[in-house]
Amino acid sequence: MPYLVLDRLTKRFGPWVAVDNMSLTVEKGELVSLLGPSGCGKTTTLQMIAGFLDPSAGRVTLDGADLLAKKPNERGLGIVFQSYALFPHMTAAENVAFGLEMRGIPRADRDRMVRDALQLVGLGAFGDRYPRRMSGGQQQRVALARAMVIKPSLLLLDEPLSNLDAKMREEMQIELRRIQRSVGTTMILVTHDQAEAMALSDRVVIMNKGRVEQVAAPQDAYDNPASAFVANFLGRTNLLQGVVRRDGAGRRIDVAGTAWPVAAELPDGPGLLTVRPEKVRFVDGGGVPGLVRARVFQGTQWLFEIRTEAGDLTVIRQHDGQTLPAENEPVMLGWRAEDMRVMAGEA
Amino acid sequence: MTAVDAHKSLIDSPDAAADSAPPPRPERRPLAPYLLSLPALALFAVLLLVPLVMTGLLSLNSFGFYTGIQDVWQLGNYIDIVTDDYFHEIFLRTFRIAVVVTLLCAVLGAPEAYILRRMRSPWRGLCLLIVLGPLLISVVSRTLGWALLFGSTGIINTALMAVGLIATPIEFMYTETGVIIALTHVLVPFMVLSVWASLQRLDPQVENAALSLGAKPFTVLRRVVLPQVVPGILSGSIIVFALAASAFATPAIIGGRRLKVAATLAYDEFLNTLNWPLGAAIAILLLLANIVIIVGCNRLVERRYKQVFE
Repeated sequence: MPYLVLDRLTKRFGPWVAVDNMSLTVEKGELVSLLGPSGCGKTTTLQMIAGFLDPSAGRVTLDGADLLAKKPNERGLGIVFQSYALFPHMTAAENVAFGLEMRGIPRADRDRMVRDALQLVGLGAFGDRYPRRMSGGQQQRVALARAMVIKPSLLLLDEPLSNLDAKMREEMQIELRRIQRSVGTTMILVTHDQAEAMALSDRVVIMNKGRVEQVAAPQDAYDNPASAFVANFLGRTNLLQGVVRRDGAGRRIDVAGTAWPVAAELPDGPGLLTVRPEKVRFVDGGGVPGLVRARVFQGTQWLFEIRTEAGDLTVIRQHDGQTLPAENEPVMLGWRAEDMRVMAGEA
Repeated sequence: MTAVDAHKSLIDSPDAAADSAPPPRPERRPLAPYLLSLPALALFAVLLLVPLVMTGLLSLNSFGFYTGIQDVWQLGNYIDIVTDDYFHEIFLRTFRIAVVVTLLCAVLGAPEAYILRRMRSPWRGLCLLIVLGPLLISVVSRTLGWALLFGSTGIINTALMAVGLIATPIEFMYTETGVIIALTHVLVPFMVLSVWASLQRLDPQVENAALSLGAKPFTVLRRVVLPQVVPGILSGSIIVFALAASAFATPAIIGGRRLKVAATLAYDEFLNTLNWPLGAAIAILLLLANIVIIVGCNRLVERRYKQVFE
């Protein structure tokens, strides 16, 4: 039985629809990311679950109970805010203890739970510090400990890592994953960072303009994007304009003089072919002809910009000793039919 | 060591030091900031420091009804004030009024600022204008307005008697109650502005964080919002207290000659009795008392809420 259910959740601000008919189910213990560009409605969705915004329509149930009937302070959810929202006039330990105090937990138990929570996030020795004396990463950990210590039925994380530098962010990602595994809390993570979403989540919900574009495991969404938006948003991809038509052997898409088989249900007319840069290979013949415009060495890999009749392509090749084309060299590009996706429409 | 030796060693020492460490570079002190602040400093000196020093000196002179101001230096005026019950009563009244006005302003102004901040946009501007309105009206006409409301046949008393709540008129004019009400009205905007400024620095998510942790709305206010606006309430209180203790127009009109405060007392000494040295001594004592009380309270609150002030 699903744990958290969003049922046709909608939020309008005047004529503007921030979240449009959003439905989602989350299993207990899952970590699901809401991923999308700013303004896609992911934070609005989170705020409605938390109770800081009232939805215009729709239902939210948690473990079978109607969540919208409860006030924000009765929902028992843990929330980690983008700004951390620590209480600046309280020490780290007092911050963490606040939620326990509100629940009327006796002092002795409270002290022990606070100590354990700070230990869990690696801040055992920092209980007496005030937030402004701590680094961004430490504040972030206090915010996490404060949200986790109340044993929330659901933990909401609103862009929790966006204010940290790249190295700290990576550390916190691993930390967050470790904590989630060990405690087993159900988490909803809001982020605009696709790498973060893919690294942390069991499933990602890719949102655009208030609508859900795709819900899938990160690798699934990456390999089988449901739309051009998803393909573009999740990592780098190549979009090639072609024409879908029928010939003797079945349906095909013509791209820059080459023909690729496609699924039978696509209509005739313009079609978009997407293929990931790392799936494109240099072939000896029978591929898409192009010219190497630039090549960049990136350590573990080479990045190529290749101009073709159907548009510019990015190609990534591993740096593994094989000979690779030089700049301004004509090349032929190919890929396996199962590595490409074709959608009807124009770029 | 002779003077010559000392001189020699002074000359030698830089050479000796040069081998081990480079000579310290002379610290450059740019002059521009000092020169640029000179006009403001001059204005400050001419308009504040000089009159203050002159008042201080004047307060040390003596005064006789037939001799006028005597150019002698003595502490007689201060001794008079310190030993006379008449002055004690007036100074006590001044600070009683100032304390009550400050408390009322804090109790009214802090929630007012909080409510204003949570209002939506057209109403917020409108209500802010109403709150700041008193500052736009001349203090004399505003106080005379209160006098109209306060009189024994004034609007408040007439209305209360018409409703039957009171049988005889409440005395507002020439009472401390009247002065306190009028001063609070005048000074509450300073508190609102000051608390408003500290509310602006408050992370709006902090209240949501407290709610999500299970705090009731009132607990959020008491435990999370209030401690963070203490600096605002304190700076507002300092402004309100200083202005209330040294207020002149409102006590002069509402309090009249019957209910003197330190400021009207000094005024009377200067202009009615013509005892300028005594008036100056009263003014200086008022200033000193103000400074002592404000600095003392400031220290106390800052220590209590030191983490907020860091």
